[in-house]
This record gives sequence, C-alpha cells and structure tokens, in this order.
Amino acid sequence: MIHNLQLNSAGKLKHFLDIEGLNHSILTDILDTAESFISVTDRSIKKVPILRGKTVANLFFEASTRTRSTFELAAQRLSADILSLDINTSATVKGESLLDTLHNLQAMQIDMFVIRHQDSGSAHFFAQHVLPGVSVLNAGDGQHAHPTQAMLDMFTIRNYKQQFENLSVAIVGDIMHSRVARSQIHALNILNTGQVRVVGPPTLIPEQAESLGVQVYHDLNEGIRDVDVVIMLRLQKERMRGALLPSEEEYFAQYGLTAKRLQQAKPDAIVMHPGPANRGIEIESSVMDGSQSVILNQVTFGIAVRMAVMSMIAVQPVADA
Amino acid sequence: MKILLEQGRLLDPATGRDEITDICIDKQLIIGVGDQPAGFEPDHVINASGKLVTSGLVDIQCRVREPGHTHKATISSETRAAAHNGITSLCIPPDSNPVTDNSAVVELIHHANHKAGNRCHIYTIGAISKGLQGEQLSNMGSLKKAGCIAVSNALNPFTNNLVQRRAMEYASGQDMLVVIQPYDRALYGNGCAHESAMATRLGLPPIPEAAETAALAKDIELVAQTHARTHFGQISCARSVEMIRQAKRDKLPITADVAIHQLFLTDRDIDGFDSNKLTIPPFRSEQDRDALRQGISDGTIDCICSDHQPHNIDAKLQPFPSAEPGISTLDCFLGLVFRLVDEGVLNLAQALASVSSKPAGIFRLPAGHLAAGEIADVIVIDDQSHYQCDADLFASAGKNCAFTGWDFSARVETTIVAGKIIN
Repeated sequence: MIHNLQLNSAGKLKHFLDIEGLNHSILTDILDTAESFISVTDRSIKKVPILRGKTVANLFFEASTRTRSTFELAAQRLSADILSLDINTSATVKGESLLDTLHNLQAMQIDMFVIRHQDSGSAHFFAQHVLPGVSVLNAGDGQHAHPTQAMLDMFTIRNYKQQFENLSVAIVGDIMHSRVARSQIHALNILNTGQVRVVGPPTLIPEQAESLGVQVYHDLNEGIRDVDVVIMLRLQKERMRGALLPSEEEYFAQYGLTAKRLQQAKPDAIVMHPGPANRGIEIESSVMDGSQSVILNQVTFGIAVRMAVMSMIAVQPVADA
Repeated sequence: MKILLEQGRLLDPATGRDEITDICIDKQLIIGVGDQPAGFEPDHVINASGKLVTSGLVDIQCRVREPGHTHKATISSETRAAAHNGITSLCIPPDSNPVTDNSAVVELIHHANHKAGNRCHIYTIGAISKGLQGEQLSNMGSLKKAGCIAVSNALNPFTNNLVQRRAMEYASGQDMLVVIQPYDRALYGNGCAHESAMATRLGLPPIPEAAETAALAKDIELVAQTHARTHFGQISCARSVEMIRQAKRDKLPITADVAIHQLFLTDRDIDGFDSNKLTIPPFRSEQDRDALRQGISDGTIDCICSDHQPHNIDAKLQPFPSAEPGISTLDCFLGLVFRLVDEGVLNLAQALASVSSKPAGIFRLPAGHLAAGEIADVIVIDDQSHYQCDADLFASAGKNCAFTGWDFSARVETTIVAGKIIN
C-alpha cells in the first residue's frame, strides 16, 4: 500500500514520495525528461507553459535553502503560481494541527504541495489526506526519503558517467540520520548500479544496513578504493552531543575526504555532496573546489530534475483518485 | 436474583474442569456447579446449550483514561466495552492524571465505577513513588488499605537504583506485588520502531532490544537482592523471555505477562507508517514474536493482558513518529485469544487460564474459578461465530485498532458480573 500510494491506476506518478517502489522505467523517464529541461534552463527566456494556471505551495516545516529555492524556480519555469509558506510564522505555531493547515491550504485550490517535515512518513501521511487530484512532492521527510535530491544525484552521475551498471559508488558519512542516503541507495539499486557502498563509523550506520542493498565499510580508504563516485554527506554538529562521535577533529581525521585520500578512488572519480557542506569536517576545501568536484553542477541539475518530476505529475488526469 | 445457566460447556480455568453442565447463581455468588442445590428456583434461565461457559476474563493492564484524559475514554465507556467483551475484572495502572499515588484518587476511581453501574470490577495499581517521579516512596500502606492490589512506576523507570531497591523492599514489607515494565529511557531515546531492517528502511528512530533487556537484567538483580514479589509487564523480546525463564529456574519470585497484540504483530506490520501500529514497546521481529508465543505456551510468561490504550482520533491523525502510542484492544481481546487456540499456540483451557485464573492468582483477585462459593463472574461465549473485526463497531471509545479486517471466531453472548447480568 505504501508504494502504490504514489502511482495512479496506469502506473504513472501521482505523488512523488519515495524512490522505493518505483521502477527502472519511471526513474529513467525522470532523468530523460530532466535532460529535455536542461535546454530550457539554458535559454534566455527560461519558461515553458506546462504548469500554467496551476498553483504550487511550498510547505517547509524544516529549514532549507537550496531545496526550497530550486523547487520555487522549477515551478516558476514551468509557469506555475507559487506560494511559499514560512511555517515558523504560520498557524501551526499557534496550535493548528497539521491536517487543519493542509485542509485550509487545499481550500485555496492548491494543485501541488511540496512538503518538507521532520517526521519520517509525513509525506505519506499528507498524500493519504489530500483531495483526489492534489499531488504531494516530498522535499524531505525525517530520516526517511528525499527523492528529488536522489534523482538529481542520479542525473549528475549519468551526466558524467553515462551509465550505472559498471560503477562503484561510495556514500560516506552519517547514513543513520540521512534521508538523502536512503533515497540514493534505492535509486542506485533500481538503476542497477554495479556496487553501492556506505562508509562511516558504526554509530552512524543503521542496523542491518546491508538489507538496503549496500556493502558496509568502516574504513574510508578501503571504502572509496577504486570507486567511480564519492558522495559525501553533511555531518550535523549535534551528533557530537549525542555521543555518536568524539569530536569534529577525530571525524575529519577518520572520515574527512582529503585530496590524498581521494587518490584511493579511480583517477576520474567524481565527488558529490548534497549540501550544505562543512568544509574541514567532512570534506577538505581543496577537494570541494577541486577538479573532481561536481557539487555546484548538482544544484543546477536540481532545477531541471524538479521541473521533470513536477511536469510528469501535472500531466496525469486530475481526478485519478 | 437467582440465575440458572443451563447445559453449557463449562470450562473452569482454575481447574481445567470441562463438562456440559449447569451453573446456579444466587445474589453475588455461584452456589452450585453441576447439581442444583435443593430448592433452587431460578428467576432467570439462560440456555447455554452449544455455548462455552467460563469465568469472566481478568485484564491486568488496561487504561481507562479516567481521571485526566476523559477526551479519550472514560470509566463508563471502557467498563461497558470490557463487559461487552467478557472482561469482568480490570487492573488500571497508576499513570492517570492525577497519578494514583494517594487514597483519594483510588476512591475517585471506585466512585466513578460505581456511578457507571459497576459493570466490571476495577482494581487500581498504585504508584510506587510519589507522582511516579522515582524519588520518594508513596504511602504504600495507605494505598493498600484504600484497595490498591499492586504498586508500579508505570512507564516512568527509576533513574536511581537505590530508590528502586528501597521501593521494592518497602512494597514487599507491605506484601504488595511490584509491577515493572522494563524500560531504559536513555536507550529508548526518541525511538518509535524496533531497531531492524524495517526501521532502517523507513528512517524511523530505532528502539534497540537493550532498551528492554538492559532494564530487565537490572530489575531481575534487584528482585534477587530484595526478594520482592515482582511482575514484569508487556515484555516484547526473545531475550527477555529467556532471562525470565532463567530467573524462574533460579526460583526468584517473579511472573510476567505479554500484551495480546505482541503475540500477533511484528515490525513488518508498521510498513506503510500505520500509526495505529505504533506501540511502546514496539512490535519486534518474527523471532521475538515466536519466542513470546513459546513463552506463553511453556508457562515462562504467565498471562496475557490487553494493554488497552484507547485514543481520540486526533492522537493518531499524525505522521507515525508524532502519533501517540497504543492500541485499543478490549474489543478484539477475546477474538485474538481464540485465534491463539486456532493457530495451535495454546489449547483452549490454557488460553482461558492465561486471561483469567492465572492473572487473578498473581494479583490475588477473587476471580478465575467456577465453583460454589465463588463470586459469580461468568460469561457465555459463542465460539462458533464468524465475523470480521471492525473498529467502527467497537464499544470502546478508542477506535485505534490494529486488527481491522481480521477474522474472529468467538464472541461474548452474556456477561454476568457479581451475579448481575450486565450484557
């Protein structure tokens, strides 16, 4: 039931909640559609009329800079009207329940909600409670999923490596608390990536991580040896307080990506980071700004990928409940 | 009133007696089983032929939400639900608001039950520490005098082992049963799902087994130290079953129960983020569930409770981690107990004993035995019934059910509490 929720009866995207449960052809469709929007974002007039007359509401219960702004830009470039709500100053702070907030916005004839919320499963929860014809795009739910981020990462990998089958990809850092990592792992496996590795200390690797379809490494040098792609994750500073790690210094010494360590990977390996990055904690500045880094390109691709997902959802019949 | 229950299949949980016969009730008591006493003239005859007649069920862990949370349920609504489902004795934990740490609250609860028509017997479990704070001992002697049948700190574990030791010693001096739900607050953290591949996939903050077993190990050591008669409630892990098995081998004065839903659901059932399946402790692995079933079957776990937790709708209309934990189980308790029989986990006599005579024995309640001179808490069950569990039809005010659509084969037809036909 969880996985059917985002598909309509024809097997097309109705909501975009989670990579898990989608198939190879839908993911490839998203990447191909995004490809076609890259040319739009390169034009002097960066607009297409696909979402003209539709209203998109950005509902961010958690702070965000690039996800929120790239969703806004994506909606604008598709000619949608866009409403961005700062939840910190809105009615939920005054005690309104989540559902009441949602229902009130629905009464304003919103067609698509882009939602980020701190609870895992919140995107599913909203999708279960919106009216038929209204779509939910998950912009991050707790530690569960961040599917558009994962798809822009897949887009980036395909852009530089053309295929997935013969690749080794290492995801490094705080896997435990990362919705990005979970969605990336599902996407990489659905796209038949040769090998997916996760690298981090045992305190930041979730229980039975192998069941997600990855190999677990606790040593960074081994974990990135001969890989084609290194994805660094952001380390949140509060992890030190929860006794998950001794110190930032120790973490950088053990798991920080330096130019020297990067030599373990293939010479043409690319380095990615979903942002925002902590220089000197998980990644050295020289690597972040170096020739193998594609971090800023990820942000650019993010707009095209989000346009792709929004447009694919928008072309579905409205009343498919 | 004199009641004659005629020609039912009598099954006495306390003795295992199983025969087709009559039961005679006069006023509050059973006055005859089998032969009718000379001159017995019933005012009311119930034909129980083809039905099962047994003791009213005893539920040792049931939240009625009163006092303090009457927007969720009340003593009136939940005693009606209990009686409707054949449960004639309820033990309620002390974590109401106000906390049951003084005799006034005990009296308040009994008064509310009386006002609601005494549809079932209510027994209060008192707080073992003042305000459940784990710092000062409660007036356990006064609580006992007011009617409390045990003491507990509910889901507020002691943080100070010395205070816990003293509380257990003091309780044993009052000859009061100590009820403990093994719970390590730090290891629970903000967790909401069993630490497993499922929690990893769903990105839900995990609860390790050690959140229960580390606490249980300490609690068992304190039983060994104090010899306080102790009952462990709502255990969820295979390792806990093994620890209790060993402690019983060591002749420690301990008993244990499991919540009925833990014998059926596992962490797989939370897929889809169904907030009705959010519980504390969480649903664990299939191996854990199987070990709990083995434990109840071989007697390591003594009895089964409902761990009934009725909620208002809004409490569950939240994303999974923000919803309130607990399941409304009174209305599916009997159906699930009979499924244990259908699935070969327990035979019928064992199953009925585990929800009547056994918990009654541990908590020293006058229940669970069908014989002349006993209080007439008697139920008639149609065990050839076939229906699907439907939360909308629940008598409980809580519709937060995790078993909607399940097939059940047993239904209560008549409930007699202290000689009065309630249902």
